[in-house]
Amino acid sequence: MQIYVCVKHVPDTAATIRVIGGTGFDESVKFVMNPYDEYAVEQALRVRQQQGTGEVVVVSVGKPAAMSAIRSALAVGADRGILVKTDRQFLDSAVTSQALAKVIRQDGAPDLIFTGKQSVDTEGMQTHFRLAAALDLPVATDVAAFTMTDGKVVVEREIGGGTRESIEMTLPCVVGATRGLNEPRYPKLSDIMKARKKQVREMDLEELGVQPAPSGAPELVALEAAPERGEARMLLGTPREMAEQLLEHLRNEAKVL
Amino acid sequence: MAKVGVCIEMDRGEVKRANLGVLAAARGDGDNEVYALVSGRCEDRAKALLSEHGARKIVEISTEKGDLAASPDLEARVLGEAVKRYGFDLVLGLSSARGKDLLARIAALMNIPLTLDCIGLDIRERMVVKSHFSGKALARIKLPAGGCAACGIRPNAIEPAPAPVETEVETFRSSADDPGRMAVKEIRQGAGGEIDLTEADIVVAGGRGVGGAEGFRMLEACAEALRGAVGASRAAVDAGWAPHSMQVGQTGKTVSPRLYIACGISGSVQHFAGMKTAKAIVAINTDKDAPIFGKCDYGLQADLFEVVPALTEKLKSRLPG
Ligand SMILES: Cc1cc2nc3c(=O)[nH]c(=O)nc-3n(C[C@H](O)[C@H](O)[C@H](O)COP(=O)(O)OP(=O)(O)OC[C@H]3O[C@@H](n4cnc5c(N)ncnc54)[C@H](O)[C@@H]3O)c2cc1C
Ligand SMILES: Nc1ncnc2c1ncn2[C@@H]1O[C@H](COP(=O)(O)O)[C@@H](O)[C@H]1O
Repeated sequence: MQIYVCVKHVPDTAATIRVIGGTGFDESVKFVMNPYDEYAVEQALRVRQQQGTGEVVVVSVGKPAAMSAIRSALAVGADRGILVKTDRQFLDSAVTSQALAKVIRQDGAPDLIFTGKQSVDTEGMQTHFRLAAALDLPVATDVAAFTMTDGKVVVEREIGGGTRESIEMTLPCVVGATRGLNEPRYPKLSDIMKARKKQVREMDLEELGVQPAPSGAPELVALEAAPERGEARMLLGTPREMAEQLLEHLRNEAKVL
Repeated sequence: MAKVGVCIEMDRGEVKRANLGVLAAARGDGDNEVYALVSGRCEDRAKALLSEHGARKIVEISTEKGDLAASPDLEARVLGEAVKRYGFDLVLGLSSARGKDLLARIAALMNIPLTLDCIGLDIRERMVVKSHFSGKALARIKLPAGGCAACGIRPNAIEPAPAPVETEVETFRSSADDPGRMAVKEIRQGAGGEIDLTEADIVVAGGRGVGGAEGFRMLEACAEALRGAVGASRAAVDAGWAPHSMQVGQTGKTVSPRLYIACGISGSVQHFAGMKTAKAIVAINTDKDAPIFGKCDYGLQADLFEVVPALTEKLKSRLPG
């Protein structure tokens, strides 16, 4: 089994995001592997284990610092990595997905490609679909359960209201992972040390000769801190009186009832 | 004037209410030409509703190559063909679980730009507003001028606005083939109630303060009286009082209802990541220093076990039926 996992290096969701210069942000905050990609890495390791053979290759497109996301995947057991370097955190997903498709195709013949369902910085929710289209493979996202038998994959995805859809796909295919798929393992200290010796190939995005999208790319014009609400208007009285007042305000003031 | 195709998400033959906001977005300042794209047959009631909300054309998408509901691959190819044939400037849809999937497939196949989970859209300027960094920032994104682009609109983020028009119905027959690589095998209904949390107009959510699964029954009664859905904080989900499909927040659902009533929820940043774009937020909490009171519209410092039943009772006595 030749398995690829796409991981993105993103700001920790606990970090405070300070917008700088209209379209940038203070990048001195802590960065981590995109949380949904952790489920992708874990699932790849489980499949390799279940098959008893195979290779798990982690691929990332990002700034040179994205090496740390690759290293953390190697530390939990991935075999080797590929880092496609660029100087921008915000890349058009058409470009990212083409870069991923090209390096994967150059590197080997994928049986399975795992990604996350979305990156938590740009919340694009589409790189895996574009990657699948570029490689002409089937794809499913929001995957919360995965089984593989006889060259077929069955995934389950939640489609709202707790309703689950199960989809069968032929191999090779692309799978976008979400929370619930598995419990990602933690690295052991000794494995973190060993991971430093694992091979990571580096290249520049320019070397890949990725073509920009024919219709042009969406352009980030402004990044703004999301507006926060002010203090609540506190309602007074007994619980019954509060309930009464609340309905009154919701009907006549907020006009939401 | 722009020519806009809207992928309509149906539920058992009915147009889901959340589509109506997307139709309002598609009309923009009024002179856009709005096409409603419906997979399969569109029943009379559905037609009437689409017509009332400004769809000048309803296009029934059909194919003899397979079951659209069972093959996401085929559905995307068929819709992609329709989008090309009609020459839309923009394709819109709901950014629901199904809508996101479909739009991403279409955009990837056609290699056109896509922005999902948009909370604002200006078609004339080709500008969208969407969340970045788990809701901590808003990004204003300009779509390229020439060619087609696709946008998914967060359910309820844009208000429906009826604008009745004369509507023509036509059929689009696609010849696209199903690559035959994937098939939907089974759909299992969840325990999440009848109203989908992410599309609900009103959400009553419970946190650690709810104290147990029985407490959630009480919230359900209130939600029912409001014709809303029930949500939960991660603390309540982790405690096993509610399923993960009900979790609101950074690692759960993102909701944008008209009204969000948070019961026994302290107001963590991660919880707010999933509900801060609600139109009105109400907090019921016994602790006057709970952080949630610092960032919501109405605060009730009270025991939820007293306030929620009182609210349900008053709602029932006033609402007809
Ligand atoms: C990476 C990460 C992701 C996360 N993702 C999410 C997420 O998606 N969603 C989410 O919700 N959280 C998430 N969290 C957890 C989040 O940080 C909080 O721990 C969680 O939201 C707290 O839930 P709570 O408000 O219900 O509980 P608490 O913070 O314990 O608050 C309970 C509140 O109930 C009040 N209360 C108690 N009894 C009563 C009563 N009888 N009547 C009225 N009020 C009462 C208390 O005063 C208190 O304010 C995440 C955390 C991390 C680190
Ligand atoms: N720059 C990147 N490098 C590697 N993988 C990526 C990159 N961007 C996105 N992905 C993968 O695609 C998934 C969806 O990303 P997005 O479309 O940005 O929400 C992520 O969870 C990753 O697995």
